[in-house]
Amino acid sequence: MDKIQQELLSQVADLHEVPEGAYNIRANGVSAGRRSTEHIEIITKEDKPGIDVRIAPFTQNESVHIPVLLTQTGLNELVYNDFYIGEGSDITIVAGCGIHNDGNERSEHSGVHTFYIGKNARVRYVEKHYGEGEGTGERVMNPQTVAYLDEGAVCRMETTQIRGVDSTKRTTRVEGKAGSELIIVEKLLTHGKQHAESRMEVVMNGENAKAQITSRSVAQDESVQVFYPSMEGNAACFGHVQCDSIIMDRARVRSIPEISANCLDAQLIHEAAIGKIAGDQILKLMTLGLTEEEAEQEILNGFLK
Amino acid sequence: MLEVKNLTFSVEDDKGRQNILNDLSLQIPTGKLVVITGPNGGGKTTLAKAIMGLIPVSGGQVLLDGQDITALSITERARLGIGYGFQQPPRFKGIRVRDLMDLAAGRKLNQGECCNYLTEVGLCAKDYLDREVDTGLSGGEVKRIEIASVLARRCGVMIFDEPEAGIDLWSFSRLTETFQDLHKNSDATLIIISHQERIIKLADEIVLVAEGKVQKKGPCQEMLPCILQDTVTTCSRITE
Repeated sequence: MDKIQQELLSQVADLHEVPEGAYNIRANGVSAGRRSTEHIEIITKEDKPGIDVRIAPFTQNESVHIPVLLTQTGLNELVYNDFYIGEGSDITIVAGCGIHNDGNERSEHSGVHTFYIGKNARVRYVEKHYGEGEGTGERVMNPQTVAYLDEGAVCRMETTQIRGVDSTKRTTRVEGKAGSELIIVEKLLTHGKQHAESRMEVVMNGENAKAQITSRSVAQDESVQVFYPSMEGNAACFGHVQCDSIIMDRARVRSIPEISANCLDAQLIHEAAIGKIAGDQILKLMTLGLTEEEAEQEILNGFLK
Repeated sequence: MLEVKNLTFSVEDDKGRQNILNDLSLQIPTGKLVVITGPNGGGKTTLAKAIMGLIPVSGGQVLLDGQDITALSITERARLGIGYGFQQPPRFKGIRVRDLMDLAAGRKLNQGECCNYLTEVGLCAKDYLDREVDTGLSGGEVKRIEIASVLARRCGVMIFDEPEAGIDLWSFSRLTETFQDLHKNSDATLIIISHQERIIKLADEIVLVAEGKVQKKGPCQEMLPCILQDTVTTCSRITE
């Protein structure tokens, strides 16, 4: 890996060296390193680009890192990664994509991640998207995430895209069986002329399934954001969607939520708010000695933390 | 010494030009605890905001230890050592009590320091430090955190706008002790806008502000009986 790739790796996966545990690093469309462990097996797909990650039942406190790095301008790739998470396991999966585009051609990574989460398994999925580079070529990421939660499975997804990605279309679809729990925390900051769209579809099919979606976004400059959070309750379940956006400059934000209850005991709540930074928040922080710009930054940092 | 000279603040409304502060002058010696009281709409909060720079005055001057700070920004005044506790503090999504205290102190406070400031306002640090200063907190809790954030600044001039508002009786008692101790154990100048007799009684000097002017001022012993007398008499306009 060269220096630029190492820097991208630290941005998207907080990694400064080879991670502990299982990992697969993909750089410019080819494998730049892989390690399977006793309980986690990573296998290259034979029918299409991508990998299968198989996690043995009852694997405890282990992690898988699967970062993707693109530094070659004009590279477009579509990758399929499937995760089979065994019953009763407790693992962390760190994905992430970094694009460094110094050229004038469009660089694009589209990843389709599918999770099959076994009974009572717990998964924390962390995904960071990051873009940089001086070129005029667009940096594009279109992630699709699909998860099937078996009975009692718990999945926490933390997705972050702060600056640098010119265009993103994110699709997330999750189906949960009885007693499953889904927590999605989405953070997004767009600037310049960037465009971001996030479509989420959560379906709760079993009794006592729970889902909590928290989306926080900041739209700066002339950027555009569109959210389509949708939640469906087909059993006695509980779902809560909370979308908050801070709008700045000449940006535009749309939020089109949908909640559907197909069972008398389904409890679904949706809250959405779009607004600029409140003037009294800035004034309060200025009375603590911060400048207006510092105050604004602290408010945004806190909001997206 | 904090001094305001001939301060004027006007607004335009349906009735034309209204002077909220009307050529108001006041001197507050360093280290004194001064309570500003008076009827609603009399100009107390506007005066406090003018000292902090939160509103642009139409005329007059604000001087801190002889330095004219009238043209200075809020940030510059804060850095010169003026602190301000809002009557209705804002809430912040994602900013935790711990973060706010660090921002106020200008450095990362340790657990013990945070605990001390929160105890001063009757809150247990363990329960609050990692909570966000958002709608999950009650009005009284946000208000007490606001006061703690001013205390954490350890500045020379602290202004509190109706610190008692929204605070329950038990916490209020604790708060009164805090102001008393702060006054006894530090050189800070305390300016408290209040209607509460127990806070008014702590004052070295009471300033009665009404109709945008200082109507009366003097030591607590002299002023308190007059104020109590005024509040029980009938409105002069009705008797007229």
